Amino acid sequence: MFYIFCPYCKEHREEEEFHARGQAHLMRPSDPDNTSDEEWGDYLFFRNNPRGIHHEMWVHSVGCRKFFNITRNTATYEILETYPMGEQPTITAATPDVRHEQGVQVADGGWQTVGARSENKALNEEASS
Amino acid sequence: MSNVCEFNTVPDGNPQVESPMAWSYQQHPAPRANGQAGVVLREKALMGHLVLRGGAIVLDEAVRATLGMNLPAKPNALEHDDSGERSIQWLSPDEWLVIVPGGEEFKLERALREALGDAHFSIVNASGGQTVLTLSGANARDVLMKSTSYDVHPNAFPVGKGVTTVFAKATVVLRRPSEAHWELVVRRSFADYCYRWLLDASAEYGIDTQ
Ligand SMILES: [Zn+2]
Repeated sequence: MFYIFCPYCKEHREEEEFHARGQAHLMRPSDPDNTSDEEWGDYLFFRNNPRGIHHEMWVHSVGCRKFFNITRNTATYEILETYPMGEQPTITAATPDVRHEQGVQVADGGWQTVGARSENKALNEEASS
Repeated sequence: MSNVCEFNTVPDGNPQVESPMAWSYQQHPAPRANGQAGVVLREKALMGHLVLRGGAIVLDEAVRATLGMNLPAKPNALEHDDSGERSIQWLSPDEWLVIVPGGEEFKLERALREALGDAHFSIVNASGGQTVLTLSGANARDVLMKSTSYDVHPNAFPVGKGVTTVFAKATVVLRRPSEAHWELVVRRSFADYCYRWLLDASAEYGIDTQ
């Protein structure tokens, strides 16, 4: 079991009290009339699936019932920070320490992937051939 | 005064009412405690429950004017008035649970609406939807330790604290109004389940249900 810090209850609670609700910081296109099908498709259906740092929306469903955000490492399950809705993460895949320690790399367009370490690169090449 | 239809959920003529526990008391009489009962279970039946929602600053003034109590602004805080009969509990950053003696809730709701005027707020009378169980006795905390994942050690759960958390497979509001007492605010539909869970969990210590 994890203890997760609820930024509204201001204390750690059992994981049992929470639910994960997917990728955080999704923005609805501001001008729907002039948004391409591809952009709508990305907004509605396509989500990042990084190995490494991920920003997720969670809800303290048995508790204050507020939504908030978590920065989590999908490889180690480590929760690096929690912060209220409307705020930005202080730890991202581009944070130098994270890049260095976990080999997380930001690709063009904000996609977060792991590929910086040579063993991963080798694995990728093997898989594709 | 806001443009909200309100009505007294307790009709005139004092009709007979039953608490959400009535069926349980009839169907599941508590086992007789052999000698000293380690757990004492009571119900504060048919209290008035109001859920207040809105900004803390707006609500605080109205609550002080009508109830003579401060709105607890700290997360997980529980406040009582001097008599100990009325309480306000923080549920979330914009939500509070007010519990008053049964019959007072409609008068209070009107007074609050009057005081709040056109402010952005909501008041819901939840009196029929939940009830309050109290646990005391030497083994009350042992029963809670078996029933909830929340830490009920006095260091983590001092008097004047209240949280919404898991209890068995249900959700309850767990609060500590005094050193010796714990309160569980249970939903009507889970009341029987929680009651039977408590009977079972208390069996090894002996339970007194009056
Ligand atoms: Zn919370």
